[in-house]
Amino acid sequence: MNPSSYVVLSALLFSIGAIGVLVRRNAIVVFMSVELMLNAANLAFVSFARMNGNLDGQVVAFFVMVVAAAEVVVGLAIIVTIFRTRRSASIDEPNLLKY
Amino acid sequence: MNFPWLTTLMVVPLVGSIVVALLPKGRDLLAKQVALVVSLATLVITVLMATQFQGDSAEPFQFVESHPWIPAFGISYSVGVDGIALVLVALAATLVPVVVLAGWHDVDESSRGSVKGYFALILVLETLMIGVFSALDVFLFYVFFEVMLIPVYFMIGRFGGIQRSYAAVKFLLYSLVGGLFMLASLIGLYVVSAQMTGTGTFDFVSLAGLDIDPDVQKLLFLGFFFAFAVKAPLWPFHTWLPDAAAESKPGTSVLLIGVLDKVGTFGMIRYCLPIFPAASDFYAPVVIGMALVGIFYGAFVALSQNDMKRLFAYSSMSHFGFITLGIFVFTSQGQTGSVVYMVAHGLSTAALFLTAGFLMDRYRGSSLISDYEGVNKAAPVLAGFFLVAALSSLALPGLVSFVGEFLVLLGSFERYVWVGALATVGIVITAAYVLRLYQRSMTGPLKPELEGMGDLRGREVTALVPIALLTIVLGVFPAPLLNVINPAVDRVMTSVGATDPAPTVQSAGLSTEGADQ
Amino acid sequence: MTELMPAEGVFSLIWLLIALPLAGAAVLLVGGRRTNAWGPLLGVLTVSASAVLGIVMLLQMMQNSPEQRTFDQTLFSWVFVGGFQADMAFQLDQLSMVFVLLITIVGALIHVYSLGYMSHDRDKRKFFGYLNLFVAAMLILVLANNYLLLYVGWEGVGLASYLLIGFWQHKPSAAAAAKKAFVINRIGDVGMSLAIMLMFVTFGTVSFQGVFGVADQASEGTLNAIGLLLLLAACGKSAQFPLQAWLLDAMEGPTPVSALIHAATMVTAGVYLIARSNAIFDVATVAATTVVVVGVVTVFIGAIIGSAKDDIKKSLAGSTMSQIGYMIAAAGLGPIGYVFAIFHLLTHGVFKAGLFLGAGSVMHGMNDNVDMRRYGALRKVMIVTYVTFAAGWLSIMGIPPFSGFFSKDEIIHAAFEQSVLTGVLLIIGAGVTGFYMTRMFIMTFLGKARWEDDVHPHESPKVMTVPLVLLAIGSLFLGMALLYWGNIETWLEPVVGYEAGESPISTTASIALSLLAVGLGVLVAYLMYQRRAVPIEAPHGSWLTRAARNELYGNEVNDVLVVQPTYYTSRWLVWFDNKGVDGFVNGSAAFVGGLSGRMRRYQTGFARSYALSMVGGAVLVVLALVLVRAS
Repeated sequence: MNPSSYVVLSALLFSIGAIGVLVRRNAIVVFMSVELMLNAANLAFVSFARMNGNLDGQVVAFFVMVVAAAEVVVGLAIIVTIFRTRRSASIDEPNLLKY
Repeated sequence: MNFPWLTTLMVVPLVGSIVVALLPKGRDLLAKQVALVVSLATLVITVLMATQFQGDSAEPFQFVESHPWIPAFGISYSVGVDGIALVLVALAATLVPVVVLAGWHDVDESSRGSVKGYFALILVLETLMIGVFSALDVFLFYVFFEVMLIPVYFMIGRFGGIQRSYAAVKFLLYSLVGGLFMLASLIGLYVVSAQMTGTGTFDFVSLAGLDIDPDVQKLLFLGFFFAFAVKAPLWPFHTWLPDAAAESKPGTSVLLIGVLDKVGTFGMIRYCLPIFPAASDFYAPVVIGMALVGIFYGAFVALSQNDMKRLFAYSSMSHFGFITLGIFVFTSQGQTGSVVYMVAHGLSTAALFLTAGFLMDRYRGSSLISDYEGVNKAAPVLAGFFLVAALSSLALPGLVSFVGEFLVLLGSFERYVWVGALATVGIVITAAYVLRLYQRSMTGPLKPELEGMGDLRGREVTALVPIALLTIVLGVFPAPLLNVINPAVDRVMTSVGATDPAPTVQSAGLSTEGADQ
Repeated sequence: MTELMPAEGVFSLIWLLIALPLAGAAVLLVGGRRTNAWGPLLGVLTVSASAVLGIVMLLQMMQNSPEQRTFDQTLFSWVFVGGFQADMAFQLDQLSMVFVLLITIVGALIHVYSLGYMSHDRDKRKFFGYLNLFVAAMLILVLANNYLLLYVGWEGVGLASYLLIGFWQHKPSAAAAAKKAFVINRIGDVGMSLAIMLMFVTFGTVSFQGVFGVADQASEGTLNAIGLLLLLAACGKSAQFPLQAWLLDAMEGPTPVSALIHAATMVTAGVYLIARSNAIFDVATVAATTVVVVGVVTVFIGAIIGSAKDDIKKSLAGSTMSQIGYMIAAAGLGPIGYVFAIFHLLTHGVFKAGLFLGAGSVMHGMNDNVDMRRYGALRKVMIVTYVTFAAGWLSIMGIPPFSGFFSKDEIIHAAFEQSVLTGVLLIIGAGVTGFYMTRMFIMTFLGKARWEDDVHPHESPKVMTVPLVLLAIGSLFLGMALLYWGNIETWLEPVVGYEAGESPISTTASIALSLLAVGLGVLVAYLMYQRRAVPIEAPHGSWLTRAARNELYGNEVNDVLVVQPTYYTSRWLVWFDNKGVDGFVNGSAAFVGGLSGRMRRYQTGFARSYALSMVGGAVLVVLALVLVRAS
């Protein structure tokens, strides 16, 4: 099968994820969209690794997975804490970190 | 030769600093004692090292140690000293114990910062000062050059006066901007060396041996020179100095102006001239112009200051003008004079700031000249030391500052008659502001508020006596300085390709160069 | 040509001449109050020992033939860089010999006198320390074998003068006078520094032997420049026009200081400098002529000021200025004058020291009042002071056979040899000298007593009068002794050169003329101050009197031309530094601060807007990449 199809799929997934981050208010959903983008990137890495015939891209994909896992831990913890104090998971409401 | 003198010199104060910092809280006296002992030990090692130094050696650098550090970029930890660096290392090693002793009560329980912190910072600074003068790798030099800012930043910002954070930030930013330009030039220099030799290097000796294209030199020179001009400081990059001097403790000012600022002028003679000879020649008229402006500008502004510390800062700026002038006239007299002047200025600055500090300790810490009058009556010994410091600052013949100043003026006069003549007029204004300060603060009827002000005590006298003695002894017998500086300056002169103008009478008929320029 | 003798035998102790008073100064100044009891005696002792050593050296020197009287002692290399070389080295020849004797002997007498004069002062050991320092520095000045070392002595005496003028520091006027003296001298030092530099650039050396050996090979323009620069230095140190303003203020110092430093020795250093540099001035004709002009102008400035001042010390200071004018003028005359400049310097050193110490003795008895209008009739109560002062008075006016007669007459005669105008002017100057000295003498010792009520004049103690008597004897005999027994011309000739010139008038005529002028001056003074009562309040006086009282407005001129512009520039630069240079620095900081203040408004706190800008940025980067690829 033509590897470029995987790249196209990865681009599609990435765009869906990006739109999800931009338009959804619920933090959990935004978070899932971010995961989607990360996995789109992973897919692209793996595809390119296949196309170039070396393992660099696959190695990076593993890195991304580890980072994503760590990020999920921290991110979810933050969301849960915010939900506990504010009784809401909207990401528009907490805006104290501004100028 | 094989003993790692310079590394030992850097390690001893560093270890001392760690020990001081780790001492338990409340053991302030112990912290001071450890700091004093460590700094004295460093001085002893320096003296031992200096006796091993061979003035007439064919090697340009002695006590050389070299270990690879980041081989991929040709960076190594390599240190070594020539005569110029040696005297400056010795100056630093001399002033640190003096500052520790003089600053015994500068910081105590009632002040903001911790006592041991202050003394630990002084010792770290000593390590860095020795490192910056003895680095033989330009990158290593740069690292020391920038890291030095940190202890000074804390010494001003934590232990300074009311406006301390303004002064500290101004000092830091100014120096960082200068350092940034230097970093850019440094990288450029590496690239150039990589292009010319195939493998890039930061080694000073190899870099000085390169014959860099003059146009490239002119660009790279600017980065280095700007950093040094800020550090020295030259007019018009000087305005951080009065603030920093006015807000810091006297001891901090001594180390800052007496030693740290010398890195600027040291950098000019060590790095700018040998690595960029063509550019140095090209920019010499501009630099000489800046130096001349600085000499008069600093002196004139000092004349109207009402704050002693600011006055000393502006007078230092004037003196730095002399030092820079001597370096950029490319005569052996001028350059040797500049190095001697650096040492002399370190000593006179120390004497001035410390005596003024002792004076301020006795009257609510005020540094305003108008707050004092007739001190001579209440504290004759203090006034005596103040006068010696003042005379050293105005370069009284017979003191070491005279040797430096006269040689600088002579060297300038040889090359450019009118520049030398003009700079010489500066000595009148110097005398005017120094003696005005002495007249206003020390003479006249004693101010009633100052009644009962005590004279100097044993510790304070002990701190000042070595400086006064060195000032006089080296003025009468400067051979120990000249013997080591002369060969180093000769090498600098060779690397720039300059020779002293010949006297007109002996070369009469051939050329009258020198007298007519 | 003279040959350089190695310093052997007693001459190996040349350094000791300097070291003795220097050690005394060090002990007294470092020792502090502990030395109060015996310190003054130590001061006297060290200088006296130097004097004895000097006399021994003189006797030894006279054993040698005239060509073998220059001794050179090199201690060590002092400043050496590239081609520049200045040694810590001393040269004792006939010229420095007479100076050594003048300095140490007069210095020792004044030290002894000070034992009495300063006996009540709390800080007297400091005073003796400074005096010793002065003697040491002055000896360095005259013994140096190169110009750079001479400069050390030159500045050393300036420092001692600064310290001693301001000795009573609690008086603001004394402190101000000290600073003024130092700063004005510093202007002279600029001349000195530049002269040394120009010598090095021209000859490649700054030692006397080296410079004088090749002096005639340099171009005349260079030599004139060196000469004029040396003259500037001499003007500063010797209070010659236009740098004369400090000397009158210098009288704030204790009277022994005025006698030693500001009359007998230090202020004559300019004359020494010019006489020492005779090889340069012989060729530099423009510079030499300028020297004469400066000397003659100062003769009149000093004399006029001296004629109007009611302060006895300031009147004497004007006189000193004027007498040094004679010496400078003589030194400018060239080989016909050097010898007599030094001759007059020596006699003047003795009689003026006597006059000043006499004035000090008077002040001692008059509660330190210096106003001559409150003196009068002191001859009855201060008989020794009166007689010794009279000796000085007759000597300075040039009445035979007092010392001043011989030396001043030789100068006037030599001046005629150069130009009639100079000679006539100097004779007029002698007339004015007669006037102001007689005025001083009459107002102080003769006439009616105008003492303040609580003043009880008395003769000074022995320790003060004995030096007075010795100096008076010197005023009487020194001139004759030097001229007829010492053969001062032949003694100095190997060093400074001497040639008698053609004079348009005979010696007798010039003596007669100058005595006539002096007689006129004395007569006028007699009519004005002896025949008429001296008012206690100074009369308004003519414009010349008022100008002279104000020191011919020298201070005002300096103030308008130099001091005010300096302070104006200084204040303007302070403003410029704060507003201009630092304003730019702080301004750029404020600009960055303001800019970031605006930019932070974009931090709205809405996470999704951040995400949008990130996406936007990413899209831009991708677009850019695509465009770059496409092109």
